[in-house]
Amino acid sequence: MQEAMIKRAKELLADGSVDRVIGWKRGEFAYDMTPAVFTSAEELDSEFIFDDFTSANVSKYLVKETAKEGKILAFLKPCDTYSFNQLIKEHRIDRDKVYVIGIPGGPKLDIEKIKAKGITGILSVKNEDYTLKIETLYGEETMPFSEAILDKCASCKSKKHVVYDELIGEDGDVLDSNRFDMVEKLENMTAQERFDFWRDQLSKCIRCNACRNVCPACTCENCVFDNPKSGIDNKAPADSFEENMFHIIRAFHVAGRCTDCGECSRVCPQHIPLHLLNRKFIKDINELYGEYQAGADTTSRAPLNTYTKDDCEPSIVHERGVE
Amino acid sequence: MQRIGVFVCHCGTNIAATVDVKAVAEALGHEPGVVISQDYQYMCSESGQELVKNAIREQKLTGVVICSCSPRMHENTFRKAAASAGLNPYLVEIANIREQCSWIHKEVANATDKAIILGKAAVAKVHLNTPLNSMESPVVKRALVIGGGIAGIQTALDIAEAGFDVDIVEKQPTIGGKMAQIDKTFPTLDCAACILTPKMVEASQNERITIHSFSEVEDVKGFVGNFTVKIRKKARFVDETKCTGCGLCTEKCPMKKVPNEFNLGLDNRSAIYIPFAQAVPKVATIDPNYCMMMKTGKCGVCSKVCSVGAIDYKQQDTIIEQQYGAIVVATGFNPINLDKYDEFAYNQCPDVVTSLELERLMNAAGPNGGTLLRPSDKSHPHTIVFVQCVGSRCDDEKGKPYCSKICCMYTAKHAMLIREKYPDTEVYVFYIDVRTPGKNFDEFYRRAVEQYNVHYIKGMVGKVTPKSDGKIDVQASDLLANEQLHIDADMVVLAAAIEPDKTARPLATMLTTQMDTNDFFTEAHPKLRPVESATAGIFLSGACQGPKDIPETVAQGSAAAAKAIGLLCKNSITCNPCVAHSDELMCNGCSSCEKVCPYGAITYIDKEFRMPDRTTKVRRVASVNPAVCQGCGACTVACPSGAMDLNGFSNSQIMAEVDAICK
Repeated sequence: MQEAMIKRAKELLADGSVDRVIGWKRGEFAYDMTPAVFTSAEELDSEFIFDDFTSANVSKYLVKETAKEGKILAFLKPCDTYSFNQLIKEHRIDRDKVYVIGIPGGPKLDIEKIKAKGITGILSVKNEDYTLKIETLYGEETMPFSEAILDKCASCKSKKHVVYDELIGEDGDVLDSNRFDMVEKLENMTAQERFDFWRDQLSKCIRCNACRNVCPACTCENCVFDNPKSGIDNKAPADSFEENMFHIIRAFHVAGRCTDCGECSRVCPQHIPLHLLNRKFIKDINELYGEYQAGADTTSRAPLNTYTKDDCEPSIVHERGVE
Repeated sequence: MQRIGVFVCHCGTNIAATVDVKAVAEALGHEPGVVISQDYQYMCSESGQELVKNAIREQKLTGVVICSCSPRMHENTFRKAAASAGLNPYLVEIANIREQCSWIHKEVANATDKAIILGKAAVAKVHLNTPLNSMESPVVKRALVIGGGIAGIQTALDIAEAGFDVDIVEKQPTIGGKMAQIDKTFPTLDCAACILTPKMVEASQNERITIHSFSEVEDVKGFVGNFTVKIRKKARFVDETKCTGCGLCTEKCPMKKVPNEFNLGLDNRSAIYIPFAQAVPKVATIDPNYCMMMKTGKCGVCSKVCSVGAIDYKQQDTIIEQQYGAIVVATGFNPINLDKYDEFAYNQCPDVVTSLELERLMNAAGPNGGTLLRPSDKSHPHTIVFVQCVGSRCDDEKGKPYCSKICCMYTAKHAMLIREKYPDTEVYVFYIDVRTPGKNFDEFYRRAVEQYNVHYIKGMVGKVTPKSDGKIDVQASDLLANEQLHIDADMVVLAAAIEPDKTARPLATMLTTQMDTNDFFTEAHPKLRPVESATAGIFLSGACQGPKDIPETVAQGSAAAAKAIGLLCKNSITCNPCVAHSDELMCNGCSSCEKVCPYGAITYIDKEFRMPDRTTKVRRVASVNPAVCQGCGACTVACPSGAMDLNGFSNSQIMAEVDAICK
């Protein structure tokens, strides 16, 4: 796959169809794949990587990239295409400046799950017939591939590319995923249990802003958390609960626009399951306003900023919140 | 430095009885920026306003907080007072310590605490108020009347009489509404058609009135003085401009087994039909659910017999878009569905009818040509039982909690007419109360009892059972004699409750007007503004606002017309300066605000920005047209980045209020 992608990227660069390519390159460690922009065939040959760790969603980078001159080639996994579409819908990406090649999605690997097995000093991870051969400083280790896949891939919602100019590999289908199981579990808790669950999770937050910075729905020119006029930027929290509000405010801000790409939880260094907040919103929207998938297209009206005469009355929404 | 004046109103005892107004004035006097804090018995009175004006002049106030009734009541009064003393009217804030405090609390200590908190919130807000200036917007000199019953007709005629163009939108093929179906009218017993049809003709002939029959309002945009309305003219498959209403097609149409809506399904009509002889416009309509040509492609008789070639089987719905300055809602009522009333056997027995069905059965243009016959066997009924309050004044789920108001009178009318025409027929009326307030109403009812010997029995009917011999057993209780009765009746007439038309609720949504829990439109003030809705430029006419008889409906129709005319007479109206604006440096151009804007006030422009590194960048940003914006604030909520803000209700002002309350 990696070879096919590099080959096609070089062709498009050579014939002038695109000026740049966005993909992934290796970071400090073998499992540390980070989005990168390539401008030459040489760079592609030496640095471009597509493997089990290239899980980062590159769509958000295109907001800045398409503001520049020239056209860029983007390799998008199925989940990334939803984010891409949503950003097109919000006029954040200039579609004319992107050439999209759809590539197969995951499941991708979660290095934390490998490390959790007590495997350290990892030098490389190879997938041989769904068994991971892990080369470490202390010798080779193995573990089943299935035990190391990212949570967001384990509850994958779709293998279908909702937008592309061409495909490498096959297109898949929208999946019947189990992604709302945990949300349901939370819903079935008592208010106190749920409060305790979230206090426990959110109190781990170190406000590194990784979730916001990676989130494809968070592309504001000036985030409210950075805006001196909003009254909440750099504000010292009055108590620990106020600190927790950051994530709740963020979930409200992306409600109806979040495509459930799962990047927030993937990048969280404290392993807070932030995606559950967003999924709760998605589940509620589906139940109250009918099935809706943000980013599935670029034209449909989002339920939260559309008013129809069939919309449920606010009292129904209110009653659901009453225990 | 801010210099804020606080003025606490007693409102007689309305506020002062539950709120310690002196304590409120004292406490608010210590708030930052407050230089004067006073209380007074009636702040809205001449001398109360003088107090405010003098303080503005003498204390050189930069902001005013009035702790009084709802801003809907007197905000304008105090804004005007401030303006006359030289202070920008938008530097006045109202703290509602009456409706939201004194009226809803009983304990003085708690109410006083709350009044102080509300006052503090207003002080916190007024610190951030900025002077605002109003603009003017023109008024389109044309009115829309939704509904072509007697209410809508009266309103349209009065508006046209004043010299303004007016359009009537009626969903049925003809105007006339319920009154056209009624036989005689109380308390004078003159024939409904004789007094209604001339008005229908007058409406159709008035050159200022355009009737869109068989049409419905599809979409409403805009605001007072400048509404843009989309009207769907449903395909009637007959060219209105060509059809002469000769009726030949309806005679020749081979499909004659269509339930006749106008006679409430008591007889049949043809697939191409004119609802009744005096219909306006007198134009045929094809019912595509029954027309054989439309269903099977075989027939075409109407097209062949039509001498003017008006039939068009391919006709499509058309959308008319029109600007209006004022809109009058006159959507009327319907009797409720009686499916849930099994005890009255309405669905089992054809001789159990509703009062409106009885109107048709007794009408000369009705299914029996005016002779009252039982629907089942066309025999003459000798005993008729009327049941009052079927679904009215009902405290269960099946019915309505309100009194339908008209039933007592029309039942007396029916009873009297039957006794007059068929003296051998015994008439029983079962009632909870007989309610006859109105000019000549009680006299009318007493005539039914005393002169026509109608048997009025206080009590409710428990069960109606059709018997095998064709009679109907009516089991009831006589509450005054305290006994159970069984009456062998030939017919039973149910005075079904009335409810607003089903189209009213979606319409209210389109018009952003309010409704009560029964789907009647809510008036702006139940006593002082009974024909206006709370939404500027939308007026209410007839039973859509509450149960009404014909004289009241006509009176309200004319009253609504007077209000609409008052608006249409103006060349321009003052716009609300509390409009939205976007901070272009923060706007992402995501279109969220545009999507939620009900007035179409937001557009996008590509604007060049100079960046910190001295480069330029073109970005898509929102731009609000202040003449179109109505300040609803929907955009400020939808905006993900907080770039959209509302003059007079800015995010920071609202946060300041919340902070003041939570402190």
